[in-house]
Amino acid sequence: MWQGLFQIALTLLPIVLLTPILGRYMARVFQANPAIPAPLDRIFAPLERGIYRLSQIDDREMMTGWHYARAIFASNIVMAIFVFTLLMTQGGLPLNPTGLGAPTWDTALHTTISFLTNTDQQHYSGETTFSYASQVFGLGFLMFTSAATGLAVGIAFIRGLTGRSLGNFYVDLVRSITRILLPLSIYIALLLLVTGVPETLSPPVTATTLDGATQTISVGPVAHLESIKQLGENGGGFFGANSAHPFENPNGFTNLVATISMVIIPAALIHTYGIFAGNPRQSWLIFGMVFIIFIISIGIAAIGEYDGNPIINAQLGSPQPNLEGKEVRFGWAQTALWAVATTGTMCGAVNGMLDSFMPAGGLVTLFNLFLQIIWGGQGTGTAYLFVYLILAVFLTGLMVGRTPEFLGRKIEKPEIILASVVLLVHPIAVLIPSAITLAFPETLSGISNAGFHGISQVVYEYASASANNGSGLEGLADSAPAATGLWWNLSASMSMLFGRYVPILALLLLADGMSRKQPVPMTTGTLRTDTVLFTSVTAGVILVLGALSFFPILALGPIAEAFQISKL
Amino acid sequence: MNQVKELTTAIRSTLILWLIVAVIYPLIILVFGQIFVPFQANGSIIRSNNGVAIGSTLIGQPFTSNKYFWSRPSTISYSTDKTAAPTGVSGASNLAVSNPDLPKRIKAEITRLKAAGIKPTSDLVYTSGSGLDPHISLESARNQIARVAKARGLDTNKVEIIMTQSIEDRFLGIFGEPGVNVLDLNLALDKLAK
Repeated sequence: MWQGLFQIALTLLPIVLLTPILGRYMARVFQANPAIPAPLDRIFAPLERGIYRLSQIDDREMMTGWHYARAIFASNIVMAIFVFTLLMTQGGLPLNPTGLGAPTWDTALHTTISFLTNTDQQHYSGETTFSYASQVFGLGFLMFTSAATGLAVGIAFIRGLTGRSLGNFYVDLVRSITRILLPLSIYIALLLLVTGVPETLSPPVTATTLDGATQTISVGPVAHLESIKQLGENGGGFFGANSAHPFENPNGFTNLVATISMVIIPAALIHTYGIFAGNPRQSWLIFGMVFIIFIISIGIAAIGEYDGNPIINAQLGSPQPNLEGKEVRFGWAQTALWAVATTGTMCGAVNGMLDSFMPAGGLVTLFNLFLQIIWGGQGTGTAYLFVYLILAVFLTGLMVGRTPEFLGRKIEKPEIILASVVLLVHPIAVLIPSAITLAFPETLSGISNAGFHGISQVVYEYASASANNGSGLEGLADSAPAATGLWWNLSASMSMLFGRYVPILALLLLADGMSRKQPVPMTTGTLRTDTVLFTSVTAGVILVLGALSFFPILALGPIAEAFQISKL
Repeated sequence: MNQVKELTTAIRSTLILWLIVAVIYPLIILVFGQIFVPFQANGSIIRSNNGVAIGSTLIGQPFTSNKYFWSRPSTISYSTDKTAAPTGVSGASNLAVSNPDLPKRIKAEITRLKAAGIKPTSDLVYTSGSGLDPHISLESARNQIARVAKARGLDTNKVEIIMTQSIEDRFLGIFGEPGVNVLDLNLALDKLAK
């Protein structure tokens, strides 16, 4: 057990060490100080100028909140139409060695929205549903743009919060890709490729096994998708088994690289904020707060998996870790760590099946999806974190009877309304469809594990959709040809759209409003937000708000299940 | 007019970015892989002397005969069912810990292992996440040495030495869990027989 906890700690160490470096780099890429040119400008700037010219982007144009949001919607709609058409016509396109036909229209729609919103919820198995062309030209494309869109929103929000104008969406989109996502993706893809992840256009291999059976081995252009899948917090696997598949994640090294990649950008963005705000102390405090919640979550999940399933342990005659749905090469420790990292960061890739996790792991992963800030989604997670901070400022302001201020700007009614919208969207997009689905268990739900776990399966699916995470308790019959597939495709699509674009609009308007406020001078009466006390209050606000909205679900799902299996 | 311009920018930037991240980038990785590491890039396929594919060193296989070490149980039979062709499949049971089907399945698994004289260990009764797990734990491999040695008429020490050579350790001795690659091990045993 101690070796397991030790390797978890050593996996987290590079994250702590690398994030300040990446955070500084991102601050320079997004011009925290316009006087300092970004690193490697000589290489990147001409390339970007070419992209701007060909796309008719005016890179000096500054956008307002509305304008920024309109640009996001316009570009996202164009991308969605393009990819949906591609998926529906894959039967007639090249790079389709297994002759796959078009998926059902609702599968294609759900998949398009899912990858467009950085969710990557998959109601299909990659190898049996989508051709190489669909995965490379369609899904792989959205993996970059959705991550870059999230990053752009995060940066625009930080700019607004720190009194700058929001910037230009297209410039942020392009720079996110050319200077952050693409170079890192190339580097990581090469590492994965050399250590065993395939990258080929040849058809699946038919092998005759030693024992005489005929085995069909799926291969494909995996390595280049795998790197952006982790780095962009997409999580949409090339294969049905996602990162549990030996071709996506063949060994302890690739697993380490993948784990670090999924956490590093959202964690680094907190430091980027510190540089924009000129207050690294505050960013370290926030980083520390999230890190502590992160570690506690990992601990709970890991101990649960290590102790194993009491029912099975009774059959085996000795306590053994729960390895159902887990790979030997990762074991309980790396699988539990991954589960918490993937649900905390909204990556959504899995290296072991969450449906077969112990109730402790089920509780933690659901809680992560509810909070959305244990690093959080690409860009948006950091923004949510500051929404909680603004609420904490407001609450503490009420307690001591002062006008709440954040970074020298007054928090007033419009800010609180927008912050509430951001935080209310999630419970609405999760709980209402869950209630509808659970009201029609026979016709809609498609639950595969009856009882308390079935409630978790349904709520998890919507929480994952609305949080733009994409992982799932995959026993759920949510895909064609199951009769419940159509309902799941359409209702989860609604949750993904609602959970993505409403908060983005609210965040941009909130940031826009903050950037226009006259800063008030700091006095001895100002509530300082860069103290341990204030950060602890924020943590309390986060946990109380998260728990208040969702505790009944946790009690009915994983907590009840824990009592159910321990009654023996 | 303004809306038209916004739409043109959206369409043009989509096309340019698509060209970069969905065509040029994959092409770079593909060409690099096919030129410099063709073995890994094509799926680490092991071939017999006459070029027929036996399997992949990264993908597990089902074994039933006594002369071979057995792999973990798989819900998809290691992609060897007739339905697995032509695409190949992967997947897990997705049984919850509270699902009564899980102890039922594991009971059958324990009976099967005991009948073969193998002590049941967790990795040999639980199915894997991918259904293609190439490894078993060191303990599970050790528990099978006597059975394989007897079936092959070999000394148990000899089998143990070969087994040890198929161990894949943690990365840097720290990250992940050590396992025995079952296909590599059984191939090594077959080579010895020749």
